Amino acid sequence: MNTKSISLTLEIWRQKDSKSKGDFETYSLENISTGMSFLEMLDVLNETLTGRGLDPVAFDHDCREGICGMCGAVINGIAHGPEPETTLCQLHMRHFNDGDTLVIEPFRSRAFPIHKDLVTDRSALDRIIQAGGYVSVNTGGTPDGNTIPIPSATAELSMDAAACIGCGACIASCPNGAAMLFTGAKISQLSLLPQGQPERKQRAMAMVTTMDKEGFGNCTNERECEAVCPKGISITNIARMNREFVKAAMLG
Amino acid sequence: MELKSNVPDGPLAEKWDKHRFSSKLVNPANRRKHKVIVVGTGLAGASASATLAEQGYEVSTFCIQDSPRRAHSIAAQGGINAAKNYQNDGDSVQRLFYDTIKGGDFRSREANVYRLAQVSNNIIDQCVAQGVPFAREYGGTLANRSFGGAQVSRTFYARGQTGQQLLLGAYSALSRQIKTGKVSIHSRQEMMELVLVDGKARGIVTRNIITGKLETHAADAVILATGGYGNAYFLSTNAMASNVTAAWRAHKKGAGFANPCFVQIHPTCIPVHGSFQSKLTLMSESLRNDGRVWVPATPGDTRKPASIPEEERDYYLESKYPSFGNLVPRDVASRNAKEQCDAGKGVGTTNLAVYLDFADAIRRDGKDTILKKYGNLFQMYEKITDSNPLYEPMMIYPAVHYTMGGLWVDYNLMTTIPGLFAIGECNFSDHGANRLGASALMQGLADGYFIVGTSIANYIGSTTLDEVSSDNPAFSDATREVENRIKRLLKSSEGGPEGKLTVDEIHKELGLLLWDYCGMARKREGLEKALLLLPKIQKKFWNRVYIPGKGKELNQSLERAGRLADFLEFAEIMFIDALEREESCGCHLREESQTEENEAKRDDASFSHVAVWEYQGDGARAKLHREELVFQNVTPSQRSYK
Repeated sequence: MNTKSISLTLEIWRQKDSKSKGDFETYSLENISTGMSFLEMLDVLNETLTGRGLDPVAFDHDCREGICGMCGAVINGIAHGPEPETTLCQLHMRHFNDGDTLVIEPFRSRAFPIHKDLVTDRSALDRIIQAGGYVSVNTGGTPDGNTIPIPSATAELSMDAAACIGCGACIASCPNGAAMLFTGAKISQLSLLPQGQPERKQRAMAMVTTMDKEGFGNCTNERECEAVCPKGISITNIARMNREFVKAAMLG
Repeated sequence: MELKSNVPDGPLAEKWDKHRFSSKLVNPANRRKHKVIVVGTGLAGASASATLAEQGYEVSTFCIQDSPRRAHSIAAQGGINAAKNYQNDGDSVQRLFYDTIKGGDFRSREANVYRLAQVSNNIIDQCVAQGVPFAREYGGTLANRSFGGAQVSRTFYARGQTGQQLLLGAYSALSRQIKTGKVSIHSRQEMMELVLVDGKARGIVTRNIITGKLETHAADAVILATGGYGNAYFLSTNAMASNVTAAWRAHKKGAGFANPCFVQIHPTCIPVHGSFQSKLTLMSESLRNDGRVWVPATPGDTRKPASIPEEERDYYLESKYPSFGNLVPRDVASRNAKEQCDAGKGVGTTNLAVYLDFADAIRRDGKDTILKKYGNLFQMYEKITDSNPLYEPMMIYPAVHYTMGGLWVDYNLMTTIPGLFAIGECNFSDHGANRLGASALMQGLADGYFIVGTSIANYIGSTTLDEVSSDNPAFSDATREVENRIKRLLKSSEGGPEGKLTVDEIHKELGLLLWDYCGMARKREGLEKALLLLPKIQKKFWNRVYIPGKGKELNQSLERAGRLADFLEFAEIMFIDALEREESCGCHLREESQTEENEAKRDDASFSHVAVWEYQGDGARAKLHREELVFQNVTPSQRSYK
């Protein structure tokens, strides 16, 4: 791997806590290896700030392998930055140039209050799942796995939707702050499978209602969500959710 | 400390059934009167929380992340084993049991491992019923693959994201119980202390990560599902927040810690590329099915791989282990990679890497076949390293991946503290000295869905539990201990950062000490040296660490400092456990214990036991207890891969 060093100007959203007003602060960073991940670059910034007695930038992160969905920020207007199908932790600095200015903001949405700096409260997504994003089976007493045959193509389609990591980039990038890609993915995963059939209607109703109640907006086919989704979840899942919802609402 | 394994009598295959029959039950109407705390929401914690709530208990569940869906089980790629024998290729409960106990190099308890194999089949049924989209054959039945050198195809998978899909299944079951109100979920809470009343585990003290406020929670039993301690090494494949704190706090309150030196080091990870590196990424070991491992034959050869002619390459695994070649077990592959690099033949910018070359496989099978098998892994590798394995050999190096050691538990998964249970990676139970591929997911879900419920009923049903609330003085005492610890952590930061060190700087130092002396190969001399060096790092931490900010706010530096303080104490029992175990076994080589051919030599006469450490107070050396392992159904054999 050929790496070089670049210098950057960072304009980062700093906000003390959920009650305080936030603003951008500017930092210059030198000697950033292009082999670093974006979060490692933030680590370097934080080590520098700490050494100077300043408050490091708070940001969420955990697996750093692109699967836990914990990390995320908007880089120059794009959730998770410029690379397609990439979480912030898997974005590498070689995609930036020496002298670039990077504007770094939290995932903003009415339903995502800011805790501090880049750390937001995404618990509304958990409440959407709690409304019905499951098959109601207790532990034990389930039939042998092979008694429910599922065509390979159906399993794959369901898996495409199930790949969602719940990061919230879709919401941050939607002009309406809609959580429809997130909700549509879960509804699709389960409505495609035989296991999801018994609760299909109440699931669609309950999840969509909760989504609205939590303050998420509606879909107006901007397709921004699909463009930033690190797992490439397709908006056909939104169409499927709408069909599920209409069927449940109209036909009962 | 008394180590009573509580393994039931009788034939191996009947033990679990017999145990369930002899275990006490709690009347369904009474279960709601009992509260259980579960710490952690990975596969073990999420499945236990959901199951106990379904059974009727009041459950309080805690996780460190912003959502219970993010625990590190989510990162498991390969799959989950089960003895379904769907492929009709000779698998059975007996065979899965045998493979697991042999894979653990005969350092685990027969009865626990057999039970694991028995319930493995229920796990698959449960996950299918939840809507986990496992891979399917064209006829609609579940697909399987062979994994980690197993001779049967028993691994179930959902693309390369099996851990994610199983965790989301358990999370969905947990979410359903949160909705019914049977589980109260406490996200962004870190367990800081265990609370004992009359010698029994009755609650925990947590820190709210957003506000920094300490909270107390009381219950009839506490279950720890807090994962492994691989991050002691700073660099590992674990998630950044994975830590030993909950287990270590329990240890300091009287829970025995078993086999802390048993750490799995995985051979196929993306090498370290600089001092800023924050974590290591695992590449599935299936790559070794087609990739050939080599280094330049001459030390110090810095030519590009393509410019090194065939005869100047050393395919060291193939020449040393002709029958297994590149498919030798994880520990053998890891150790040999390190040996080559130590001999100056390592490649890459840091000289700490070996090549994994697909050129021959591409010539033999064609690019398309190779891409079909490994396309997603090649993509992942390219994303991180900017190099395409189709055209250049991959570079790999071993990394800390999984910890087999953990809190000692009996057959009920209860620690040496009554009412404190440990499940999943945070116990020592099932993997002995080495874990087989696709077995971690199996154990986490077995413990959570199918075992710990029986144990909780048995404990509550057979124990007199007085009414205890968080008003009990034990809770205020524990809270004060935590407050004092936080004050002590922040003390060295008074007066500013001048001449101070950051948490990560000190953690890297500890990591290196562990990697150098308690890594793949250990020896007495090195371990003794490490035990002299460790107190210096501990002292440096307490005197010179600089933590910006305060205790009562969102303070990520303080969170990391608290975890590092515990890793620094914990490292001592890793070193003394490694020192005490004068044999090579499972994942590690003890340099003094080798065969004439320089292979690992196990010593059953002296070390066929679980080493369990008992805390003796700050500054005092932990006390060793032994649980002798009895093999009545299998005969321990020496491994040979020559």
